[in-house]
Parts: sequence; structure tokens; C-alpha cells
Amino acid sequence: MTRRTINRRATVAIGLAVAVLAAASCGSDSKSSGSGAKAPTAIGKGEGSLQLIAWAGYAEDGSTDPAYDWVSKFETDSGCKVDVKIGNTSDEMFQLMQTGEYDGVSASGDASVRLIDAGLVAPVNTGLVKNYADISPFLKDTDYNSSDGKNYGIPHGWGANYLMYRTDVVTTPPDSWSVVFDKNSPYKGKVTAYDAPIYIADAANYLATAQPDLGIKDPYSLTQKQFDAAVALLKDQRSVIGEYWSNYAVSQTAFEQGSIVLGTTWQVIANLALGNKAPVATVLPKEGSTGWSDTWMVSAKAKHPNCMYLWMDYVTSPEVQAQVAYYFGEAPANPKACALITDDPTHCDVYKATDADFAKAIKFWATPRKKCLDGSGDNCVPFSEWIKAWTEIKG
Amino acid sequence: MTGPSGPVTGSPSGGSFKRRVSRFLSARPRVRLASLLTAPALWLVVLYVGSLIALFVTSFYRLNEDGTAIDETIGSSNYHELFSVSVYRDIAVRTIGVAVLVTLIDMVLALPIAFFIAKLARPKLRTILITAVLVPLWGSYLVKAFAWRALLGSPGGVIDKTFGSSPGYGLPAVVIVLSYLWLPYMIVPIYAGLDRLPDSLLEASNDLGAGFWLTFRSVVVPMLLPAIVAGSVFTFSLSMGDYIAVELVGGPTQMIGSVVYDNFASNLPFAAAFATVPILVMVVYLLGIRRTGALENL
Repeated sequence: MTRRTINRRATVAIGLAVAVLAAASCGSDSKSSGSGAKAPTAIGKGEGSLQLIAWAGYAEDGSTDPAYDWVSKFETDSGCKVDVKIGNTSDEMFQLMQTGEYDGVSASGDASVRLIDAGLVAPVNTGLVKNYADISPFLKDTDYNSSDGKNYGIPHGWGANYLMYRTDVVTTPPDSWSVVFDKNSPYKGKVTAYDAPIYIADAANYLATAQPDLGIKDPYSLTQKQFDAAVALLKDQRSVIGEYWSNYAVSQTAFEQGSIVLGTTWQVIANLALGNKAPVATVLPKEGSTGWSDTWMVSAKAKHPNCMYLWMDYVTSPEVQAQVAYYFGEAPANPKACALITDDPTHCDVYKATDADFAKAIKFWATPRKKCLDGSGDNCVPFSEWIKAWTEIKG
Repeated sequence: MTGPSGPVTGSPSGGSFKRRVSRFLSARPRVRLASLLTAPALWLVVLYVGSLIALFVTSFYRLNEDGTAIDETIGSSNYHELFSVSVYRDIAVRTIGVAVLVTLIDMVLALPIAFFIAKLARPKLRTILITAVLVPLWGSYLVKAFAWRALLGSPGGVIDKTFGSSPGYGLPAVVIVLSYLWLPYMIVPIYAGLDRLPDSLLEASNDLGAGFWLTFRSVVVPMLLPAIVAGSVFTFSLSMGDYIAVELVGGPTQMIGSVVYDNFASNLPFAAAFATVPILVMVVYLLGIRRTGALENL
């Protein structure tokens, strides 16, 4: 009797609380738009701290490999203590930036456009970054790092997604992406692919050559028919996949122990595996490849904007660019770095760092949208469909 | 206050502040109760129920077409998609199947282990065994999952190198790893249930001529049922929500947790909608077992 009344009262109380909370959670969302944000005109004193979101290998403090440490010097020089949060995919970086807890991010094209559109990043006064003048001209004022004539970041570096294979198992060096899309592959169960919706572009890029009648020109601007063909190809590929990777360390160990022998990779993963004496090699297949061109962007809600500007200037200096480019395996944005890469004097030739035509041939990651990125119309498959398709492909 | 009322025994005049507060409270049981319960109740409602509500509300939003922002108009498009696209049904069924299988495997493993610890082992050995069961819970889940990744790899994993073959990464590996991870959560309630089971009952059954299996079936299991079900609540719910083990040893396998994890970054409203599925399954499960008395054993 008493217990029941208490229960009923408790129910009413909880019900009320629930209603209040629901109302609060619906009403309290205030969106701050980045459109009003202005770029600063001077760099003030460092705030003593810097919260970064970065790709693995972009902000090394010696904890991965004592030989690679360019963060410590920055901390000493600037007095900004750096905390790095590794982003595994552009989607993860976009989500992390939404929290507003970070000062900056090394965003690829498939995150940067979304970040600008969503007002999460602030315009950057490139005049405050003295190394900006030296950066390769073809990386400046692109559609993934500027909008409406305003710059939203400082280019960091660029490169292609490579095909990696175990030389002891895959004895004929592959020269085409067809080996990872062959559903009768002799390496069934030992093939890997990048675990993100943007990987659909890799299939589209392959189809552009393999099935020219589909008429794919830009793998990020796909009509429904082209998109469906890419998705069908990936559903076939699913049967030979051993595992999808998004965590670079997990992919590295899979190649090292041999549970994966073939698949898409970043050069930094190959370098780490080679460092552990794994018999792997990378190749840029004849169809070309997708790739990335990364930009350091400042959060619209940055708590330490001065430290972020100091970082952007530091990380694009020739000395640091040389270290990052060599360690990560990419073309440095600042070609002055090339002469300083003493471990491999041919580095910039290998990555064609100053070759604007080569850079143009790489399909840099970009966020697909309904209004086609290549200007071919208004009927492209938008990114929300790519996200859904990716779950369906994996099954 | 007029006259001596209640349990307060008279200190005549005002006295210290503490004393005044205690006198004030002792005469007002409701205020006393309220001041005791406000903090934990707020915690429960705001953090616990509040986050569930936020989840539920979010599940009715949708991602805008280009994936740049969340459109906060209420609509059921996410749920429509959940029910109309077959892949999500497959994933939900697969996840429930894994949870059931893990629960059954843990039951079969935990019963003899718990029985040995509670009824056969000497007190000293009992302490050691109980510690051995509990110690793995002190280790990080992530470390254990990574350890299994090193064990199960095929080729190149420890099991493969030692025995010549290994299940490799995939659905079987997920079941193995989850069964390992959640086993202590099954052993502990069953051990507690057995500990409460008087030895005299087992002796009586023996005296009446019942063998081990008959005793086990008709005496031990019925009395243990609430404890077993209590353990299954842990193993079942923890398996339903897992995404790290799937990510590390599942190969290309997807479960509800991994889809939620993937979409958390790219399509939050849909992730929220899919996350309500295991919650609903657990609600149904808990309602179903309420009658067994298992909830008092948790």
C-alpha cells in the first residue's frame, strides 16, 4: 500500500523531470555560426597550451619513435604545451571538431569543406604565418582550403593512397588496383581496405579506367548510376576482405604478422612496418589513386589561437616540414624542406613534391555533395548516401 | 516545538548549531529524506535518464544531405530506414545471436567452475580461485582485446604458431573473445548463489538415492536459476553493446555497436536510432526475467 503510493509518486516526479529535461534539451541548443568570425591581425603571446587533432605522424613528440620529435622543440620555443588527439578518419576529425574542445586540426579535403560549411573553423590571416610565402602555389587558394575568397588554413602536405603488399606472399608486384577488387582473388581473406565511406571513391577511381563507358571523371562527383556501380564493386570486394582498417596501428600489425597481405595504405604505415623488418612494399597503381592534401585549420572556438598560429608557422618551416614529410611519407607543402631531408635526398623527387601536374592527377579527398564538386550538375550522390552505402557494403 | 515530541530527548536550551540542525531534522522526516536523496536523485535523473532522453531525441533528427550538419526537425526517417533496409536487420539479428551464444557458453563454463569453488574447494583454495576469477577484471578491457588480437591472428598469431591453425579474425573470434571477457560476470553471481545453497540439501538428495546429475538437475539448477539469470543479464547486455572486440578481432564483421561507433562520427542521429535497438532488447529481456527473481540477485 505505502510502497505503491511512493512508487506512483516517484513515477510522477520522474515523469515531470523527464518532461523538463526534454524541453531543456530541445530548446537550449544555440548554434554559433562561424561566418561572423574574423581572422586576427597579429599573433599575441602564447596561451601556454595547445589542443590539436592530427593525423598519426603529423605531430610527433618522440613517444612513437624517439628519433622523430618536433613537438618538444615547439613546446620549448613557444611555451605552448601540446596535446595531440589522433584522428583515424576525416569523419572522426569532423566529429571531434564539433565538440569545440580543440584549437586546430590537420584536415583533409573531405573534412575541411564540411568544417568551413558548418562554421567550425575560422578564417586564417595567412600574412601572420611567415612560412606561408614559401608554400607550393598549387596548394594555395584551393576549393578545400578557402571559401568566398577567404583562406581557412595553411597547407601541410599531400600524397597519394598507395597499394601495399607483402613481398613474400604477393610475389608478382601488382601494378593495378584490380588485385584488390578481384572477387576470385588468390588472397581471399587477406585483403584490406580503408574503413570509411570515402573509400567508395577508390572504387570509383578504379572504375573510371576499368569501365570507361560509365564516364566517371571525378570520383567524388558521381551520378546515381556511377555510384551504384562503385558500391556493387565494393560489395563483391567484401567477400575477399580480411578486415577493414581505420586505425593505422592495427593495419600495421596485420601486415607485419601476415594476416593481411594486400590492400590500400598510407606510406607512413609502410614505413613503420618496414622499420619492424616486415617484408612489405608499396606501389602507386597505373589507375592513379585517391589521396589527401591536408590543411592546418583554426577552430572557430579556439581557446589558444595564438599557440595555434605559432604552431602553424612552426610546422610549415622547412626544418619541421622535412621531418614530417620524411616520417609520414608525403610531399611537403613547403618545397624548401626538400634540401633538408638528409636521410633520403631523393624524397621530393619520389613524391614529386614540386610537380603540379602530378598533384593534379591525384584525386584529393573531398566531401561529395549534391551540387557536384566538379561543376557537372546538381544530381550527384551526396555524402549522406555515401555513409549509408558504406554500412551496407560491409553488411 | 511544543512539548517533547518524537525521539528527541530534551536538551533544554538552544545549544550548538549542529544540535539545532539535528533537532530541526528529527522533527521533520520529510525534509530529512529529501536532503538525503536530492543529490543521488539528481545524479540519476540528470546524468542517467537525461542522457537516455538526449539519445532518444537525437534519434529523431536527421543528417542534412551533404553531411555537414544535423537537421533538428523531428521525423522518423532514421527508424524508417532501420526497418526498411535489410542490412540493419541482419546486423541486429547477428548481434542478438552473438549475445545469446556468449551467454550460453559462459553459463556452461561458469557452472562447473563456480560449483567447484563453492562446494568442493577447501577454504584456502577457494580464496585463491575467487581471486583468480576476479583479477582479470582489474586489467584494461582494451589490453585484453589487443592480446586476443595477437593470439588469434591467422597466420602469424600465437595460437596459429603453436597449434598450426587458428580461427583467425571473424565472427567466431568475436564470440570467443566476448565469452572470455564476460566470464567473471557469470561466475560471480553463480558462485554467490551456490554459496547460499545449504550443503544439507545436497546431502539429503544424496541420501534419497539421487546421483550427481539428478541432484544437479532437480536441486541445484532450480535454486540457482535466479543467479544464472542475473549473470546472463551482464553477459547478454555487455555483448549487445560491444564494439571494440568486434573492431579488433571481428575482421569485416559488423555488430550494432560497431555501426553505432562508425556512424557516431558521420551520422549521429542514425547512430542514436540504432543505439535504441539494444536498449529495447534489454528492456524486453529484463521484463521477461522479472518473474524469476533474478533482479534481486544482481
